[in-house]
Amino acid sequence: VTWVSSYVQSRQSRGSHSIHPSLPLRNCGNKAMANNFARILSGKRNVGIMSLIGAGSLTATFLLNREHVTAGAQVRRVYPASADYPDLRKHNNCMASHLTPAIYAKLVDKATPNGYTLDQAIQTGVDNPGHPFIKTVGMVAGDEESYEVFADLLDPVIKERHNGYDPQTMTHPTDLDSSKLKSGKFDERYVLSSRVRTGRSIRGLSLPPACTRAERREVEKVVVDALAGLKGDLAGTYYSLTHMTDQEQQQLIDDHFLFDKPVSPLLTCSGMARDWPDARGIWHNNTKTFLIWINEEDHTRVISMEKGGNMKRVFDRFCTGLKEVERLIQEKGWEFMWNERLGYILTCPSNLGTGLRAGVHVNLPKLSKDPRFTKILDNLRLQKRGTGGVDTAAVGSTFDISNLDRLGQSEVQLVQTVVDGVNYLIECEKKLEKGQDIKIPPPVRK
Amino acid sequence: MPFGNTHNVLKLKYASSEEYPDLSQHNNHMAKILTPAIYERLRSKQTPSGFTLDDVIQTGIDNPGHPFIMTVGCVAGDEETYEVFKELLDPIIEDRHGGYKPTDKHKTDLNADNLKGGDDLDPNYVISSRVRTGRSIRGFCLPPHCSRGERRGVEKMSVEALDSLSGDLKGKYYALKNMTDAEQQQLIDDHFLFDKPVSPLLLASGMARDWPDGRGIWHNDTKTFLVWVNEEDHLRVISMQKGGNMKEVFNRFCTGLTKIETLFKDKGTSFMWNEHLGYVLTCPSNLGTGLRAGVHVKIPNMSKHAKFEEVLKRLRLQKRGTGGVDTAAVGGTFDISNADRLGFSEVELVQMVVDGVKLLVEMEKKLEKGQSIDDLMPAQK
Repeated sequence: VTWVSSYVQSRQSRGSHSIHPSLPLRNCGNKAMANNFARILSGKRNVGIMSLIGAGSLTATFLLNREHVTAGAQVRRVYPASADYPDLRKHNNCMASHLTPAIYAKLVDKATPNGYTLDQAIQTGVDNPGHPFIKTVGMVAGDEESYEVFADLLDPVIKERHNGYDPQTMTHPTDLDSSKLKSGKFDERYVLSSRVRTGRSIRGLSLPPACTRAERREVEKVVVDALAGLKGDLAGTYYSLTHMTDQEQQQLIDDHFLFDKPVSPLLTCSGMARDWPDARGIWHNNTKTFLIWINEEDHTRVISMEKGGNMKRVFDRFCTGLKEVERLIQEKGWEFMWNERLGYILTCPSNLGTGLRAGVHVNLPKLSKDPRFTKILDNLRLQKRGTGGVDTAAVGSTFDISNLDRLGQSEVQLVQTVVDGVNYLIECEKKLEKGQDIKIPPPVRK
Repeated sequence: MPFGNTHNVLKLKYASSEEYPDLSQHNNHMAKILTPAIYERLRSKQTPSGFTLDDVIQTGIDNPGHPFIMTVGCVAGDEETYEVFKELLDPIIEDRHGGYKPTDKHKTDLNADNLKGGDDLDPNYVISSRVRTGRSIRGFCLPPHCSRGERRGVEKMSVEALDSLSGDLKGKYYALKNMTDAEQQQLIDDHFLFDKPVSPLLLASGMARDWPDGRGIWHNDTKTFLVWVNEEDHLRVISMQKGGNMKEVFNRFCTGLTKIETLFKDKGTSFMWNEHLGYVLTCPSNLGTGLRAGVHVKIPNMSKHAKFEEVLKRLRLQKRGTGGVDTAAVGGTFDISNADRLGFSEVELVQMVVDGVKLLVEMEKKLEKGQSIDDLMPAQK
């Protein structure tokens, strides 16, 4: 099958470091390190194998008959790479900063085993030149293998976005032991709510920019089946976007849980909104403190939140919930996309590693007006957003304060950073209330 | 996905029923015609350039439609789409184009001399006259599917052809990405500038990728002949002027198009055309002539008349607001144009508009005087 041999070739050229994640083996507990071809032939999709090989032969014959495609290449190429190279002169995003004509020429004929191409990965960055002050990432992954096949572009993008983290030499620590968190209870005169979110992808299924309808439905099924197994304070209900009643919809809106079809061109240009609202939905526990979005920008987005300042309890529930869900999907032979180079694999390179954003809504009327506010946040490795989330303005003096980093630090480390940082901000606010002066803290260890 | 056919192979791993889209909320031609059986038969096919069934129908899945307006819900990625996916597209074409059969032949007639009259529409009522169509360059993929290299190839070839026009057709090309602010403002003031589409119907098909790369506007010095490059189609060709002289507009239209076609033939290519579907364009609704001939006409009384819709229907005309498709009319001024595209020649369609608008103006005048229009009611064309 032509596409497999090309992929194997491109893998072999990647050098000696182990790049391949383990496989979803039905009812098998060990994480064997085997290559992608073996993955296709084993595990969950034995049923599909004969049809795959059949389709592969069909494609091989088909490709050999196309006069403008050389045998062995699986990507349609009519023009040389230089004719197809995008015009990025007005662009300001990480992809545009690193996509040279040479890298483009090297990667444009490649595709992942699922058939995802470079042009697809960068389309969102080509279509959205960016903003002079905000540097977006400008590319997405269509599947787990994108991060391997297009590493020549993704590695420098990741390095720029994640403050020098070098995927070729570094490893990412994963730590979901929430008992390690110190003093995670905030002063509730200032902190109105606490929240931790991340994403998880189901290994073996393509990511939202590339997934087929059947794959997306399979993600939904796998996750909803697992969530149905949650018990105690994690027990909850799934609301499919397609089948929601008006009443359910209104309740979800009132709870601020409902997500809608994305309108941001950054997202829609990547193809992740196709077939909306098919196989999209929201799950939440009965106490409304643990929430999962299915098939929005990632396979799953997992959110733990509460009113008030008990970040410790929020993080406890976050870790417990995530581990439970992981256990439940593993029972059925599935697992999350993860490797020690990049941590948890998600659609946007900005969410690699932990994919974690831990934050609070906090009232800082005096501090937010202090000219040192931004510098203080920078040194604490925190970012501010408006209370509507990314790209919104703050209302009054209530800000969303969260961790800047995602990759290179563990979950525990990042939440600790938020805890320590927000406590510091509250101390500053209290000082300013008393007319005392505040200090810009030294930069925390990254 | 529109710009990457390679993972059609991935989909084939799943059963057809697992991949079949949920069209239960949908109201467009594609959703009406597509069945699980058709989907199963067509899903493993691709055109030679790699356009797949899901590419064809994605826009129709993403845009369920409107309860009252029936959109087409599918696009072509190349000329061969209409062949490879015949089983789906033929019934859609038949449904959209008034019963046009897969065996029917379409007549092309761009001889403006064959138009009778059309030079005397009352300028007190007819504010402006316009004829537009589209053309695709054979050998290149269409906007939903083309690569950047192809799109630039279309632009280059088109601009070379247009630059060699002379006389009253002589003009200039303005690439969207190189335009100066002054040029941009002028084009806006002239109502020529087109911008990146916002309609999800268009965006979902993939035709706005890489905007504004390879897109531009060409117009002649007298601003009566305008060509859009790489918007919804390779070329959109527009002839227009103020007043009611549709004959002159159509003359220029035919002359210009014929000249451009000759220039392309000199370069060894041609427009996509065949005797069954006429001119081949991105949207099946624009097949045949791809022609919309219309006027902006002041008919405040007529438009309020109970029989307005019936009259339009019988004349085979449609109304739009003066902002174009999906806009509302302003102050009794309507955009009135032919409803058909396929199965009638260019001359026949423009004739319908000329005759029909003449009648509408007569009716308007009668209504102004408080007279009845019953004796003017036309027969169904």
